[in-house]
Amino acid sequence: MAKITSGVGTSHVPAIGAAVDKGLTEQDYWKPLFNGYEKAREWIAKEKPDVCIVVYNDHASAFSLELIPTFAIGVAPEFMPADEGYGPRQVPPVKGHPKLAWHLCESLILNEFDITIANKMPVDHGLTVPLSIMYNQPEEWPCKVIPLAVNVIQYPQPLGTRCFALGQAIREAVASFDEDLKVCILGTGGMSHQLQGERAGLVNEEFDIAFLNDLTADPERLINMRHAEYLRESGSEGAELVMWLIMLGALEDPKEIHRTYHVPASNTGAGLIVLESK
Amino acid sequence: MRENRDYSDIPGTYVFDSHHSMLGYPLNMFCMSLNKSENRDKFRANESSYLDQYPVSEEQRKAILERDWLGMLRLGGNIYYTFKLAIFDGLTMQKVGGLMSGVEEEEFKAMMIAGGRKPEGNRYKSEWEKK
Repeated sequence: MAKITSGVGTSHVPAIGAAVDKGLTEQDYWKPLFNGYEKAREWIAKEKPDVCIVVYNDHASAFSLELIPTFAIGVAPEFMPADEGYGPRQVPPVKGHPKLAWHLCESLILNEFDITIANKMPVDHGLTVPLSIMYNQPEEWPCKVIPLAVNVIQYPQPLGTRCFALGQAIREAVASFDEDLKVCILGTGGMSHQLQGERAGLVNEEFDIAFLNDLTADPERLINMRHAEYLRESGSEGAELVMWLIMLGALEDPKEIHRTYHVPASNTGAGLIVLESK
Repeated sequence: MRENRDYSDIPGTYVFDSHHSMLGYPLNMFCMSLNKSENRDKFRANESSYLDQYPVSEEQRKAILERDWLGMLRLGGNIYYTFKLAIFDGLTMQKVGGLMSGVEEEEFKAMMIAGGRKPEGNRYKSEWEKK
């Protein structure tokens, strides 16, 4: 049977991907961040998940304001890196797992989570940067990937309670898939950052550290946090952290294995946490 | 429909809600078009005539042509969309962050390296009005 054995929460700042692509990770600016990623990379090299479900948001790449799905699962065999205005990132194509992805869609919809099903969905930095953080620069990604895109750009983003419940439903759905697979779920985005307006550059380290702590210490607090608190405390783009709550809901009695936190990665407080299900 | 929302009192922040999305749709979809390299070439060749394809308002057109980054946000722009125009111009997020908050790129970068803009004093409009 398939099982979600672990979860990773991580920021997905585009500049982190650019630092990998351009070989800048040893530079003074980037070195502390990438040093912090080292243990997570060692961990995933041992953990070797067969499939990673990557919860991320599209940044006006596959979707635009023409169509704004709150939750969309990619069921294709392959997802190409998107052109976000610089030309596509030179990273390997992302290989999907259509059978498990379709099983997730069917199970979730029958469980009253009305997911959008995507057969064509170019993937942007929101999905490929977390893969680079975990796997660096392989010739091909060492796992199959199921993209789960969440709208966090158009207000209102889905509530934390809904995200957590979706994670729980994903856990159940994976457990009913009739194939032996080890699955890791990544919740990406955040942590505190504000890219826009006169308040651009806001970072709230205290908020971010408390968020990392409460993933295991007080998940109820995080699940019940509302938009205004994210906006005020973690910046206009900080509500991306609801995607970590999908990851959290998918784990059973999670235990923290590793974390790292560094300011700044571009304009962002960059965090990473590795959790294992019991 | 948008009076007195619980985030309306946050300073220097343009929440991309229904009001902004309705207002900014043509502006944002213009920005979206710059994902395609052939469109980037056409826009480069003649910015004004390229914009004729999009039903942007006169104010939006002016903000786009003048690269008025705050103006675009006020007129319904979303940063993930307007940043595509910044990418087109070869600008960094720190440069645009500086332009929106009234400082030079180097000063903005230095602020980020020092830990970013602190939340203290930046949570409520009333805190900015006192300054």
